[in-house]
Amino acid sequence: MAINTIVCVKQVPDSEAPASAFRIDEKRMRLVTAQGIPPIINMFDEQAVEAALRIKDAQGGKITVISMGNNLVMDVVKKPLSMGSDELVLIQDPDLEESDSFVTAQVLAAAIRKVGTFDLVLCGRQASDWDNAQVASGIAEILGIPCVTIAKAVEVSGGKVVVDRVLPDGVERVEAPLPCVVTVSNELGEPRYPTLRGIMAAGRKQPVVWKAADLNLDPGMLTPRVRIERVFIPVKESHCEFIQGETPADAGRKLALKLREGKIL
Amino acid sequence: MVTESKSVLVVGEIAEGKLAPVVAECLAAARNISAVSKEEVIAVLLGADLDAFPQELVAAGADKVFLVENALLENYQTDLYISALQQVCQQVKPDVLLMGQTVQARDLLPRLAFRLGAGLAMDCLELSVDASTGVLKETRPIYGGIAMATFTCPSARPQMASIRPKAVSPMPPDPSRKGEIISLEVNLDPSIAKVQVIETIKQQAEGKRLEDADVVISGGRGLGGPENFKYIEELATALKGVVGASRAVCDLGWIDPGHQVGLTGKVVTPSLYIAVGISGASQHMAGCSGAKVIVAINKDPDAHIFKEAQYGIVGDWKQVLPSFTEMCKELIGS
Repeated sequence: MAINTIVCVKQVPDSEAPASAFRIDEKRMRLVTAQGIPPIINMFDEQAVEAALRIKDAQGGKITVISMGNNLVMDVVKKPLSMGSDELVLIQDPDLEESDSFVTAQVLAAAIRKVGTFDLVLCGRQASDWDNAQVASGIAEILGIPCVTIAKAVEVSGGKVVVDRVLPDGVERVEAPLPCVVTVSNELGEPRYPTLRGIMAAGRKQPVVWKAADLNLDPGMLTPRVRIERVFIPVKESHCEFIQGETPADAGRKLALKLREGKIL
Repeated sequence: MVTESKSVLVVGEIAEGKLAPVVAECLAAARNISAVSKEEVIAVLLGADLDAFPQELVAAGADKVFLVENALLENYQTDLYISALQQVCQQVKPDVLLMGQTVQARDLLPRLAFRLGAGLAMDCLELSVDASTGVLKETRPIYGGIAMATFTCPSARPQMASIRPKAVSPMPPDPSRKGEIISLEVNLDPSIAKVQVIETIKQQAEGKRLEDADVVISGGRGLGGPENFKYIEELATALKGVVGASRAVCDLGWIDPGHQVGLTGKVVTPSLYIAVGISGASQHMAGCSGAKVIVAINKDPDAHIFKEAQYGIVGDWKQVLPSFTEMCKELIGS
């Protein structure tokens, strides 16, 4: 049974960039990365794409990727296509620049409705910039469908989705009727690399591009509920005592003695 | 019927037959808010049989306890719990709603916020009330922990927040505190329960949980391969500690993800945290920066972890660790 999946992805600053590469933009109340560090697709969203591709491998179907943002970099947002997704829909609109989780969920839910029929919506569990972890549940609530959170495995069978959820001390297997939203966590495993064929096919694909006005949303749906008052980097007093030795093994011994001396051991 | 008054509502949670420790922490946070806002602190608990808990909630700081007892609420189920809390909020109309940042909270609070038309900030480390506006200020980590942000909900109500466990200290329980205990009825339609648990597979938890461990030894990509976790395990055994891991090696399948320390893994607060072959990416540091002492072994002198550690060795762990472990055994044995 072919499954139509929608995957929501977000372009974010590179989360693997060292902390020193970030600085605060006080006026826009956000962090910016140093020049020359390109953005990436949020890693959890890449894992959501991987989850969609595993379902497509097993059962066939179509994967439509939706991304909302500004200053989107084509190479970055096309990566899900290069990995094997079929269509890309972009929502780019300067009016949406200050969106919070509420507005983002409204926009994505409207875009999903506009895309049309779907069986499954997959999202990363949270975006590595704001770490809010709310949009996917919000989409489910707006669309009136169930939401299963923090999946390490997602399968579809007999009109239901079967999800292995990550618990602190194990795994919980749940099922829910389709259509359904599922949020994916990194325990799903490494996402696949794009293939050369995939990259070339993606190069040829033109994304569909919408603005907020194309989605027929009430102004109330575009008014944020949460306000950012302050963004700051806590001042950290870092002092690392480096233990040296004649050999690495010697340093290891000295470290143990040092910790014992400090009553840490 | 419940009379409407300004209140701070704490959503309690039962874990393994007891009140989750974070509930007392939330009640302490609620009391801090109430000290400025003069609002009543109310605790609500959902479940099937709740007789054992109300006094503990009052002793921990609740002025009132609402017990919502219903057979359908015996075990957590997303849709039923959200419906029940929606009805509680419709009756109580709280100004603020707090919950500990737990698996349950991550699952139900966002959807509940959308259902109620509320604004939500999760994983807060600090909550305070703006004395002039009365609005709640919610401070939480962003960008994987590199930075912090303070949020407010200027008009959406309730102002919802979840608090990271151990971010706020609970007050010492005061059994002399008095509080009203009220049974609340909710209407639950079982057919709304769409997400159903088929099976729960608990990991064989050997010994202490990571979150409770006093000593944690974590391995990262620098270990080179899964077989090298045996060195981490040996050290953990010697120091009576628990093994942790970076997200990268869990994604690679070198070790079970239950060992992952980080913003989306376990948050640990040990006296001693030893990071071996871990670069110190912010989302990892978000999981271990609460440690009293951080020790790092990494062959990259520029690794970020050295900016967070108190002690470090720049070198090949394969040469450093065995003698470190041996010396630890000697020192502890003596």
